Amino acid sequence: MTLDDWLDLAAALLLVLGGFLSLAAGVGLLRFPDALSRLHAATKPQVLGLIFILAAIALEARSWSTLLVLAPVLVFQMLTAPISAHMVGRAGYRTGNFREDLLVTDELDEAIERASKETGP
Amino acid sequence: MTELRGSEVRKRIGWRLWQQLPLLVALVVLWMLLWGTVSWISVLSGVVVAIAVTRVFYLPPVELSGRLNPFWLLVFLCRFFFDVVVASFQVAGQAFRPRGVRSNAVIAVDLVTVSDFITTLTAITISLIPGSLVLEVDRDRSILYLHAIGVESVEEAERVRSKVLSVERAIVRAIGSADDVERTRA
Repeated sequence: MTLDDWLDLAAALLLVLGGFLSLAAGVGLLRFPDALSRLHAATKPQVLGLIFILAAIALEARSWSTLLVLAPVLVFQMLTAPISAHMVGRAGYRTGNFREDLLVTDELDEAIERASKETGP
Repeated sequence: MTELRGSEVRKRIGWRLWQQLPLLVALVVLWMLLWGTVSWISVLSGVVVAIAVTRVFYLPPVELSGRLNPFWLLVFLCRFFFDVVVASFQVAGQAFRPRGVRSNAVIAVDLVTVSDFITTLTAITISLIPGSLVLEVDRDRSILYLHAIGVESVEEAERVRSKVLSVERAIVRAIGSADDVERTRA
């Protein structure tokens, strides 16, 4: 096998892995019990899935100009994903869109209670 | 208000420009990447757009610590990538396994640092690592409240907490102030 074949094989493997992680995200979206846990599936596995897919594209294209377009895609995904997850998570927590019976501990609730006791009702 | 002398004003403007310079350069580079060409026109239009954007969407200046350790930065980036890979497959496993996810936890992590910059970086890193998500930030006390998936006992919650603190330590070692390095070591 030549070097080109090996690179093609690596790209193919990366594409399969990226596809698998996206599938896992979809399955998680269906199977996780409440909104906050679904958020994990909706925002996270794609980060690595995207890295795999972008790496596969880079291996296939093998040109600097492609790489320079791919880099900002990844950077912006990594900068914006935590922020959107935080906004949705915060809104979900504040509006009570989660199942309290599933939580082992809820230290945010304790903190809020402590704070409201200090300031009075 | 006291009047500022010409030299002081110039110094102040110079300092602000110096602080904004990394952001301006990054915006110009991004502009050129988006156009896909390097030419005088793209550089000039990039500078114009960068200045316009920083004027219109004004952000408070980020207070950097002024310290950077390239070795620990590299260690941090490698560890971060490793964590992302491991945790991505863990969450994927939780999605596929028959019993699914039965319990989660909301955990408060009291960070050692008081710097906004380190707190933000820690929060972003934690959010990018699958399985944990920052719900709320207490900026004054630098406490992160995170939601962790698949946590089934208090001991596991403790493990998540020490994990976050070790991420913070790694970031501080890479780009935190000397003061923070001392504190995280203690």
